[in-house]
Order: sequence, then structure tokens, then C-alpha cells
Amino acid sequence: MSTARDQILGSIRKSLGRETMSGEAAAELHQRLARPAQNLIPARTAGLDAEAMVRLLVIKLGEGACTVDDVASMSEVPARVAAWLQRENLPARLIQAPALKDGLDWSTAPTLEVTTGTADGSEDTSVTPAFAAIAETGTLMLLSDATTPTGLNFLPENHIAIVRRSQVVGPLEDAWSRLRAARARADGDGHTMPRSVNLISGPSRTADIEQRIQMGAHGPRRMHVIVVDG
Amino acid sequence: MQSTSRSFKANAHRALNDAVLQRALGNIKTGFQEKRRKVVEALPEFDALRDCGRDIKNHTLAHLDFYLERFEEKVIANGGTVHWCRTPAEARETILAICRRREARTVTKGKSMVAEEIGLNEFLEANAIEPVETDLGEYIIQIRHEPPSHIIAPAIHLTREQIAEDFRRHHTELDPARRLEEPRDFTDEARAQLRDRYFEADVGITGANFLIAETGSTVIVTNEGNGDMTQLLGKCHVVVASLEKVVPTLDDAATILRLLARSATGQEMSVYTTFSTGPRRPDDLDGPEEFHVVLLDNGRSAMLGTQFQDMLRCIRCAACMNHCPVYAAVGGHAYGWVYPGPMGAVLTPSLIGVEEAGHLPNASTFCGRCESVCPMRIPLPKMMRHYRTREFERGLAPPMAKGGLAVWAFLATRPTLYRFVTGMAARVLGALGRRTGRFKSLPLAGGWTGVRDMPAPEGRSFHALWAERRGGR
Repeated sequence: MSTARDQILGSIRKSLGRETMSGEAAAELHQRLARPAQNLIPARTAGLDAEAMVRLLVIKLGEGACTVDDVASMSEVPARVAAWLQRENLPARLIQAPALKDGLDWSTAPTLEVTTGTADGSEDTSVTPAFAAIAETGTLMLLSDATTPTGLNFLPENHIAIVRRSQVVGPLEDAWSRLRAARARADGDGHTMPRSVNLISGPSRTADIEQRIQMGAHGPRRMHVIVVDG
Repeated sequence: MQSTSRSFKANAHRALNDAVLQRALGNIKTGFQEKRRKVVEALPEFDALRDCGRDIKNHTLAHLDFYLERFEEKVIANGGTVHWCRTPAEARETILAICRRREARTVTKGKSMVAEEIGLNEFLEANAIEPVETDLGEYIIQIRHEPPSHIIAPAIHLTREQIAEDFRRHHTELDPARRLEEPRDFTDEARAQLRDRYFEADVGITGANFLIAETGSTVIVTNEGNGDMTQLLGKCHVVVASLEKVVPTLDDAATILRLLARSATGQEMSVYTTFSTGPRRPDDLDGPEEFHVVLLDNGRSAMLGTQFQDMLRCIRCAACMNHCPVYAAVGGHAYGWVYPGPMGAVLTPSLIGVEEAGHLPNASTFCGRCESVCPMRIPLPKMMRHYRTREFERGLAPPMAKGGLAVWAFLATRPTLYRFVTGMAARVLGALGRRTGRFKSLPLAGGWTGVRDMPAPEGRSFHALWAERRGGR
């Protein structure tokens, strides 16, 4: 008795009027997967220098209802985070991704209560690092791994993401290229992708009530992005 | 889901006379059409990207077996499982078996049209498992025990006042006198209600906008973040997807993503686009322990190679229904099954048969707006016409339509008689209607004049005017 799998694949081949792909035709398709080519990329980010790329990113993040800060080094981040929380009238406590533990010195913002770890839903504000920022649409790419749990991107009421200027790319396709290169190079766990890749373009929202946009549906109500030099 | 597509005419009549529904449907124009227009105008390459998206999907469909096998290999390599299901029943049983093995009592759900297609919620309930919809619109219609009326805005047929009533009826532990007026009030209440449910759930079920053959990833696109919490906190992530969702590479998905959010909600990108690849890794700090993809055929493999193959390019953006005058007039429930609007008028007869859903391809004025906004350039009117032809050939057309067409054919193949009859009709109706320029009622045309006036002819037929103009040159 053939399985559902065989029957579905058989039905597809029957409809397409051919047998299983083989030989040169199959090799071509394998190549298409092994060396992915970029399709048409909009001209919006073509030829932009690094400065202009960041400017576009900031504009696009703003259109997506993010607030943005721009700092010269990681050492300035804690004070800016404290200032943002104060400006938004939010509690002076946060949870940071373990990945940031060694990179951020919170002693410069002594009023803040800082914990490190994964989210359990009770947190007010999280701080997480991004893998890339896509200027074309104002989108952050965040990856899951042993030091960047996904829950920090969704469960807290407010989300602060940190991205370095060198991580800003034009189109999403360039972020994919960087991710493929990083995965091939770094951890070598045999996986082509981390478990979760989150493309995030602003705070959570819904328009399910009479088509009127409302922030903070299930995920964070506010999103703040800090762009760091370097 | 049980179809009521056979009663489309009665459904549509009811909808046209439902004042509350008509008020709710009024939000479509400003809500969807304007936003889409603006964001499309801001991207000069939009039309070129449509060609590109169409070509990617055509290529994938022509090699669908190949890409599905590669997708499965990658899912397995990442520690997940693919379950191939021919029918809705097989998909339901597969999901139930997973839930039973996990001893699941509660299942959270992200929005999934394929889950609607297989009638998953009723089935789980019948098996003592509680499904909890987490998308705000889906949550609202779940507590109303209604199907969605739109593929991306399931509660678009409702007004705030109706939803307030539902929330008061359902959330009995809250203060009955609380304020439920602004959209904020509803969003906050649903957020608070659903927060704990994510953590309680034993299984999280989502749909998929794409399956990536290159990596074995499944992709969901949302604005609320509910689908992400569903898959993150549910301990076991089950993705239910139909097989045409596969695309070859991450780059191919990137191209189609540029079309999807613009066409759907008028955004450049939706807020959350999430690529999920297998269960949590040994070192991960969170994520589901299991990852399953339930891959549904349900007649789609048989659509390949037919005149309806192009329909399998559909990315479920809803632009066709958002721009359809028929959908705007009657709403989604009138269509009687899971998929409404122009895409539903083609997909529904393909999946459940033209005998059941023959009315739907007729519910079109053939104005062509659906095709003109379709990001995947699906020739929707042409395919509706194929179904009309099929319905006629099988003798399924109603007697009035068959009789009317026979009379018209008799006249149209006799030009002299045709000119005489139409000329007379134009003169007589022109004379009768000269005073008001319109008819409020006409014999044999009650179906038209019941809901709108019939403009009166001005006394001459088109043939007569044309002959005169040519003669005068």
C-alpha cells in the first residue's frame, strides 16, 4: 500500500505529466537551492553610502512607529535607555538578553534595575541585540540562539533593540546573504538557520476592530531602536 | 466547514438588507483600498515585482514535487516532521494524534485559513480539546461561533457595538459596567484575556504564508505577534499548510514579501515576519520541544496542469476581495464557505466542486478589478468564466439563465431580426421613460429593479447610432 506521501507526489507528477525529476534538470534545481540568486531588488537602497543607509533606516523605523536613538558607542547605551524609559514614563527596570551581559556596563545608569535571562511575561522592558537592520523597510532581523531567547522580542510590554551601523543593510536579501555567511562560518551546528528568525518592523498592532489601527495587540506596545556606531 | 454556497442568492439578499453589516462593510474602502494605493505608488518596481512573483510561483508549481521533497528533507534535518495529508480528515486525525500524544487539553491557534478549511476547531472540541484563537479578529468570531468573513480581517463584518456585546457576554468575570467604546478598550481586554492562555497551552498551531525549500523553514506574517507567542509558548508547534505554499529560497520569499503586505494591509512590511526552523536547539533558552508540519493537498495536486493551476499562485493577501464590488456589497459570509470574494469564487468550486459552489463564479460583474490588483497576476475573471462554461455544459445553470441565453442566441444569430427587436425595445422604453429617465420597476426585471433603478434608453439602439455616425463621416 502506498503512503499518503507517495500518493500526493504521484498525483502532482501525474498532473504535471512527467516522472520524478532526474539528471541534468534535477541538478539545475539543486543548484538553484544551493546557490540562491537574488531576484529584482528595488532601487530604493541602491548606491546609498553607509550614512544615507542609516538615515533611510531611521526614517523607515519612524514610519513603522518605532522611536530611534543614535549613539557613538555601547558605553552610552545604558544612559540612553534610562532616559528613554523616563521620557516614556515607564518603570526603571529591564531584562537584557544574555548576549548583552558582557557588552553593556549598566553601572553608568544606577537608577535602573537590570536582570539577565529569558522572559516569563511579567517584564516591562527588554533589551536585545539585532543581527541586522534592513533599511529598505525599517525592519530588524533578530535571531534565536543560546544567548538571545525569542521571548524577549514578544513578551515584554516594551522592546529596545540594539543595532550597530555595520549591521545595517539595504534590502532583506543582503541580510540573508550575511546570515548564510555567518551560519557557514560560525557555530557549525549543521543548521542552515537558527530556530527562529524574527523580522520586526515596529510595535505590535491590530486593525481588527473596524479597521482602526491600535498598538500593543499581543506583543510590545512600544519599540525603541538604538543605532550604535561601529 | 459545512458549505452554504448553494444558497448564495438567499445569503446575498439577507446581507444586502442587513443595515449593521452594510455599515461595517463601509470601512473597506478607506481601510484597505486607500492604504494599498498609497504604498503601491511609493514603489516604482511594484509591477515588475508582480511579474517576478508570478514567475517564481510558476517555476515552483512546475517542479512542486521536487521542492516539497527538498523542504521535507530540510525539516527532518532540523529535527522536525512533515505529515503528508491527502484530505481534511487525514489532516484533522494527524493533528489530533499529536495533541493526544502530548496529552493536550488546550491548544492555542494563530490565524490559519487552512485550519478553517479542514474544520479543525469543531473537530478538536468534539474530541475534548479546547482550541483558543489568539488573533483578535479570530478570537472575536470564535466567541460568536461564526466563521471568518474575510481571509485577513476575519471580523470585518462586525461593528464595535456588536463586539462590545460579545465581550460582555463572554468575559463575565469583568465589571459589566466597564467601558468598551474605543478600539483600545477591546485590544487591551483581549490581550489580558489571552496572555495566560499562551502559557497554559500544550500545543500551538499556526498556519504558514511560505514554506522554504532551501532551509525547511515555515513562515508566518502577522501584525499582532499572536502567532509568535502561539508557537513560542505552546511546547509543541504544529504548522498546518497547504502544499502550494512552498517557494524555493529565502530570496524568493523576500520578493513575494514585498508584494504581500502592500497588497494586504497597505504596509511595506507586516510588523512580524517569522521564519521557524525545527524545534528548539540544545542550547536555546526557549522555543517549542517539537516541530510538525501538516502538509495538506485536498485537491490541489489535481489542479496542476489544468486551467485552474494559476490559482495555486495565490498568496492570500485579500486584495481581490478588498477591491471587489460584489464582496463590498454582500460581505464574506454570503459566499458560504472558507474563502470569499473573487479568489474564493475560483478556489471554492475547485476544492468542493462546481455542483456545490456553482453560484460563486457567477457572483461577479467581470469588472476586472480583482485581476488588476492581484499581486500574483492571477487571471481571476478568466477562471470564473471557465467555471461558468463548465456549469453550463453540465446543465447546472438555472432554467431562467438557460432560457434567456437560448432566446438571446436565437436573436443574435439573426442580425435583421435582432436590430428590429432591439430598435423597437429602445424606442418603446425610451418613450415610456422619457419623463424620469429611469424605471423603478419593470416586468421580468424585478431582480434588477428590486434593489436599484433601471436607466431608461434614450430612444435609439447602439446599432442605429453607430450606423448614423459612420454614415455621417
